[in-house]
Amino acid sequence: MKLDINGTAHEVDAAPDMPLLWALRDIVGLTGTKFGCGASLCGACTVHVDGQATRACVTPLASVAGRRITTIEGVAASELGRKVQAAWIAEDVPQCGYCQSGQIMSAVSLLAQKPHPSDAEIRSAMNGNLCRCGTYNRIHQAIRRAAEA
Amino acid sequence: MNTLVASRRSFLKVGAAAAGGLVIGLALPVRTRAAATAAPADTAINAYVRVATDGRVTLLVPKSEMGQGIYTGFAQVLAEELEVPLATVVIEAAPVAAVYNASFAPIQFTGGSMSMSSSFELLRRAGAAARSMLVSAAAAELGVPASTLSAADGHVVHGASGRRLAYGALAVRAAALPAPADPVLKSPADWKLIGKAVPRLDTRAKVEGSAEFGLDVRLPGMVYAVVARAPTFGGSVAKLDASAAKAVPGVVAVREVPSGVAVLATNTWAATRGRAALRIDWTPGAGAGVSTTRLAAEFAARAREPGTVVVERGDVGQAGPGRALEADFATPYLAHAPMEPLNCAVAFADGRCDVYTGTQFQTVDRAAAAAVAGLAPEQVHVHTTLLGGGFGRRANPSSDFVREAVAVAKGHPTPVMTVWTREDDLQGGYYRPLSHDRLTATLGTDGHPATWTHTIVSQSIVAGTPFEKMMIDPKTGLDATQHEGASDLPYAIPSVRVAGHTAKVPVPVLWWRSVGHTHTAFAVESFIDECATTARQDPVAYRTALLGAEPRHLAVLKLAAEKAGWGTPLPHGRARGVAVHASFGSVVAEVAEVSLVDGRPKVHRVVAAIHCGLAVNPGQVAYQVESAICFGLSAALYGEITLEDGRVQQSNFGDYAPLRHEEMPAVEVHIVPSSAAPTGVGEPGTPVIAPAVANALAALTGVRARRLPLAHTAFTAPPA
Repeated sequence: MKLDINGTAHEVDAAPDMPLLWALRDIVGLTGTKFGCGASLCGACTVHVDGQATRACVTPLASVAGRRITTIEGVAASELGRKVQAAWIAEDVPQCGYCQSGQIMSAVSLLAQKPHPSDAEIRSAMNGNLCRCGTYNRIHQAIRRAAEA
Repeated sequence: MNTLVASRRSFLKVGAAAAGGLVIGLALPVRTRAAATAAPADTAINAYVRVATDGRVTLLVPKSEMGQGIYTGFAQVLAEELEVPLATVVIEAAPVAAVYNASFAPIQFTGGSMSMSSSFELLRRAGAAARSMLVSAAAAELGVPASTLSAADGHVVHGASGRRLAYGALAVRAAALPAPADPVLKSPADWKLIGKAVPRLDTRAKVEGSAEFGLDVRLPGMVYAVVARAPTFGGSVAKLDASAAKAVPGVVAVREVPSGVAVLATNTWAATRGRAALRIDWTPGAGAGVSTTRLAAEFAARAREPGTVVVERGDVGQAGPGRALEADFATPYLAHAPMEPLNCAVAFADGRCDVYTGTQFQTVDRAAAAAVAGLAPEQVHVHTTLLGGGFGRRANPSSDFVREAVAVAKGHPTPVMTVWTREDDLQGGYYRPLSHDRLTATLGTDGHPATWTHTIVSQSIVAGTPFEKMMIDPKTGLDATQHEGASDLPYAIPSVRVAGHTAKVPVPVLWWRSVGHTHTAFAVESFIDECATTARQDPVAYRTALLGAEPRHLAVLKLAAEKAGWGTPLPHGRARGVAVHASFGSVVAEVAEVSLVDGRPKVHRVVAAIHCGLAVNPGQVAYQVESAICFGLSAALYGEITLEDGRVQQSNFGDYAPLRHEEMPAVEVHIVPSSAAPTGVGEPGTPVIAPAVANALAALTGVRARRLPLAHTAFTAPPA
C-alpha cells in the first residue's frame, strides 16, 4: 500500500485494516505518534490526514492510502506548525511529554481552521487530548501565544 | 552524615564503570531517536560528569525522568558547581551501578519525592569535585598554583596571564588525578542556576516528537509481544489452543509464560490480533471472588474494631464537654494510568541480557530480570528511557512488567518488546489500595478537639515483597504507608489514638503518587473541617489555632488563604474550601473554589502554597504542584477501579476518566521562600486537593462527602 507521510512516499506491506498508528510506529519507524488507548479516547496518536486532525489508532490504512498524512515529525514543514512548536517551547509545556505530539497536532489543526479561537473554542477543540501530568493550562497558553504570534 | 561520606567516596571511584556500562550509549539532549552515540573521546571525571575532548559535557542522571523535571534539576546543581553553561550540557540516563544507590537504601530508584532532597548535597560535591580536578589539571599543565586559577563557562582561567584552557583539553589529565576528599562548594550567594526557574532541558525533544520513551525503543530484528493474562488475579492457564492465533499474519510465536500466554508478532497490531484469536481456559485464581462492594462493607465493619495502635497519647476515653462527631471515609482502588502504557524491550546475546524500559526501580528490576534470565545481575544491563508518566506504577517491588518481558523474550532468537494495551494497564493490578478511615472526635469548650481517634483498614503495599522487612514495623505489623498522614497528625489535640488493620486481599497494590496520604489526607482534612464548622469557627482560623507548633503548615496556610482571598465574598453559587497536609517533608495548602453545574462539582480555581525548603527550580516546583492538583483532582472527581467476581470493571479512558482540558481549573502556586534543605515536590500537592474540594462542596451545599470519587455523592445547589 502506498502512503504519503510527511511528503515522502512509503510502500507499506500491511493489512488494509491495520490502524495507521501501528504502520507509522512499527513499520515506517516514525515513533513520535504515540499509543495511549487504541480507542480514540486520549488523542495521543493524533496526526493530520489531508490537514484534518485524525486519531491514527482507529484509522484503517485502507482509508488513508494516497492521502496526505502529516505526523509530528513533519509538522514543522508548515509555518503554522513551526509557530505552534515555538509557542510550546516558549511556554515550556511538556512534563513527561508523552501526550504532547498529539496535543500539538490537535492545536495545529484547530488554528488552521480558526486562527483566533476563543478560550471556549480552545477548550472544546483540545478536550479529546488527555494529559495525566496536568499540562492543560500551559497548553492553553501556548495555543493563545501561537494564535497571537 | 556517615552515609553521605560513604556515598561521596564511592562515587569518586566509579567513573570508568559508569562509562563502560553505556553499551548503547545513546546520548540525549535528552535521549532522542536521532541522537549521536557517545563520543569515544569522552572521559569520565566521576560518576556524574564526563567531558569529551571537544569540550562537550555529559551529565549522568541516575534518577528517572517521568515528567517531574529531574533531568533538568540535577543538571542545574551539577552545572552550577562544575561551572558549565546549562545550555550546552548533554543529559544521559545513568546505568545501574551501586554508586547511584540512594544514600539511605541499597537500591537505585526514583520515588518518594526524594530525588532532589536526597541528592542535592551529593550532586553539589560531585560537581565541585570535578571542577577541582579540572582546575588541578590546568595547574599542572600551566605550571602555576591551583589557587591562581578559577573556573567559568567550561574553562579554567589563569587571571594573571589571561590564559584559558577548555575543559575538553583537561579532561584526560583531570580524570587521572585523585578526587578531592572535601571539595569546596560555591557559596549560595554566587549561584547562577540553583534557585532559578530555568527552562527544562527536554522540552525541544518532546515538542518535536524525537524524545525516546520505552515504547519507542527499536532494536535490530525486534518483534512485539502482547500477553493474555488471567481474567482474575492469580489465575493460570488450564488449556491453550493457539492454532488460530498462529495463523494470524505477522504472528511469529506463541509462548506460555508464568503470567499467561504471549503472542509475538512483527508488529503490535498483529500481536493483539493474535491474542484475540487465542483460545484459553483459565484456572481461576485467588482473586476470583473479589467484589469491591463487599470489600468496602467488610472494611467499614472492621474499622469499628480497635485495631493495632500506632499512636496513643492522652486518654481518648475522656470525652470533651462539647459535641461528639464521627465519620467514615471510603476510598477506592485507583490505577496509575500513565499516558504511556507499560512496556519493556529485552535482548539476549552472548551471556548478557539488555533491558530497555522506563523504570523507576533499576536495581530491583535488574535483580528480577537476572533471576528470570538465569544470569547474574551484572550480566543484565538496564537502559532507562524517558517515562511517559510513572506515578509509582513503574516502581514495583515485584517488577511485574520487567519480569514478564524477560520471560517472554528468553529463548526467542530476536529481541522482543512486550507491550501493554490500555486495557492491560487498567486491568493488570497494582492499584492504590482500597481503604476505609473511621474518625471520631469530641470537642472541648473552646470548640477544639479534645479527643481524636482514627482507625484505618487497608492492604499493605509491601507485605510479601522484598521491602517487607524494611518497611513493616514488627511491633504493629503495619506498614508505614497505611497510616502516614494520620499517625503524624499535626494538630495539637490532647488525646489521640491512631490504629490500623491490615486486610489481606488477593488484589495486587502499589504506591500511587503520594501513597498513603491519598486516603489519610482526605479523611483527616475533611474531618478537621467538619470539627471547625461544627464549632462554628472559620476553617482557616480553626486550623491555625491548632497548628501552633508547625511553622511550615502555618506558613502555607496563611499564604494560600491570602492569595485565594479567603473570607472575601464570592458570587452566589460558589464556595471555597481549604486543606493543608504534610508529606515527603514538605507541606502544601490548597484553597479550592467550586460550584455545581447540573448537580456535578465544578472546580474553577485552586490556589496552592508549598513549603519545600530551597526550591532548586521554582518554575518546576510550581508546575509539579499544578500537576499534582490535576492528578489528585482526576481521582477526587472520577477515579475508581472496581471489581466484581474478581474481574476489573473498567477497561479504558471511557470508564476510567482522567480530568480533561475543559475541566482543568485555573491554578496558582505560591512557594514559601526558604534556604533550608530541599524537601519533596513531586507528590505533596496531590493528597490536598480532594479534601479542599470536598470542604468547598460542604461549604456550598452542607453535604459532606464520605466517599471518593465525589461522583458518588449527591450535592444540591443552594437555593438562589
